Amino acid sequence: MRVGFFLREAVRATRRSAAPSFAALATVLVTLLVLGVFIPIVQATNGAADSVRSRVEVDVYMKTNATAVQEARVRQEILNIPHVKTVQLVSKQTAYEQQSKLDPAAYRLLGTNPLPDTFHVIPDNPANVLAVHNALTPPTAGGGTGTIDPSIQSVSNRRNDTKKILEVTNLVTITAAALTVLLTIASILLIANTIRLSLYARRREVEVMKLVGATDWFIRWPFVVEGIVVGAAGAGLAIAVLGIAKVALLDPLASNWTLIASPRTISFTALVIVLMSAGVLVSALGSGLSLRRFLRV
Amino acid sequence: MATRIKLTRRARDRAPAASTHLRPAGRLPGSGHKVIDFRGVSKLYAGDVGLDQATFSIERGEFVFLVGSTGSGKSTVMRLLIKELEPTAGVIRVAGHDLDQVSRKRVPYFRRNVGVVFQDFKLLPNRTVYDNVAYALQVTGGSRKEIRAKVPDILRLTGLSTKLHNFPHQLSGGEQQRVSVARAFVNHPPLLLADEPTGNLDPDTSIDIMRLLYRINRTGTTVLVATHDQAMVDKMRRRVLELSRGRIVRDEAAGFYTRDETTRDLARRLRAPSTRPPGL
Repeated sequence: MRVGFFLREAVRATRRSAAPSFAALATVLVTLLVLGVFIPIVQATNGAADSVRSRVEVDVYMKTNATAVQEARVRQEILNIPHVKTVQLVSKQTAYEQQSKLDPAAYRLLGTNPLPDTFHVIPDNPANVLAVHNALTPPTAGGGTGTIDPSIQSVSNRRNDTKKILEVTNLVTITAAALTVLLTIASILLIANTIRLSLYARRREVEVMKLVGATDWFIRWPFVVEGIVVGAAGAGLAIAVLGIAKVALLDPLASNWTLIASPRTISFTALVIVLMSAGVLVSALGSGLSLRRFLRV
Repeated sequence: MATRIKLTRRARDRAPAASTHLRPAGRLPGSGHKVIDFRGVSKLYAGDVGLDQATFSIERGEFVFLVGSTGSGKSTVMRLLIKELEPTAGVIRVAGHDLDQVSRKRVPYFRRNVGVVFQDFKLLPNRTVYDNVAYALQVTGGSRKEIRAKVPDILRLTGLSTKLHNFPHQLSGGEQQRVSVARAFVNHPPLLLADEPTGNLDPDTSIDIMRLLYRINRTGTTVLVATHDQAMVDKMRRRVLELSRGRIVRDEAAGFYTRDETTRDLARRLRAPSTRPPGL
């Protein structure tokens, strides 16, 4: 493989047909910019949806006179239920402090602490919250629902709220995924089409090369190299713009806007790698494949 | 690939020798030293007849004109010869290859045995004269050293030494056609095809190109020229194949010409006022 020759050919072609090369580069740049902005947004949205869903939990209120031994037993019972991820005890003291901070006047009036010890039960998957809830409140002989332990006062019943949260967040996630797929397809089509146009302008050149006795790959390699160069340049520019925007606009905001700082968002390094490889791959494949039509002489 | 390159090299080594020199035995079973052999070749285009049962052969070292009006099948013959088209029926042999046996993948290697010159030159527009000619060598895997040795040589032969670094659009039609001839001949192929090489050129320039083709022919290369320049054909006094509606209607091995006429004499004769030789 004469890498040097193909490289020189690609550089010559890029220089000599600057306008179509620039058009391809601009297309790569714009589509990758849009993708580069869109991917973190989708991920932040998904992250937000997930964090909403992770707040889906079941609260188990103990009787006010429950002893520490009883509480330890209940904790063990809850942990034995399938799909339970964590169980967290909030003592009546902690709960009182939290609540009185929110509404000091009301709690000062009350004087005593009416709040019970509470277990926050978080399921392994928000979708399993109802199953956990059912397990905590088995049906009784009389037809109503009881609790799994006599020291439990009650189990929170937020069946409707939970259902709504699950539905809405599901919709958000699916919409974001669909948009990502559509945008990716649009980017690929746009880049492929631009490359096709720039090749169409040079189809006569390809024809002449074939008549002189050049093999398909001998003709194709410079075009593929050119695609790689143009794709890398476009991706590089897009990444530079994104990087500047991140440092100048996003980072100052991230400290007081948790959505942006959301740990679920793709890291900038990963985003750079994704965009660069997407730009190079699509351009190189696009050039190589689009050329097939013109190689049939 | 190696065998094909060897073949081209062999063709080059053989080139300066006289046409009486025989081909290495066993390379062309049953076809003597015919460079082109058409056997009952037909080509149909969606019902239209492009070529109808054409049978002819051309020996090594010949200079042959292919004449006929537009649509008579000249271009079809040319395009069949470089396997740009597939015949509907018949057998074509070129430079020892049965074209039916040349697979699509081998076509580029086959084409290196045939130099082609077109009416519209078909130069690569974004390459200099030098690079256009060098491309034909790069395609065959020619080393930089080989290119540096051969390209200036062939450009001197075609009188383009002063135009090395010009681009095609900076050249006159005649000069562009010389570049095209140089590119076709730089590999020293055993066969050179020219499809209306003077179609876009004025009479004086046409004579120069014909002279150049004749000079190449004198090195032992078989030359086939498709043209409708009747006056030129008459003056050159070479073998003439005439096509009409896809049929070979005349195959005249003109007995007049002396094979060892110098290019200078040829040019003098071509520039002389047209005198139709008796019997033509």
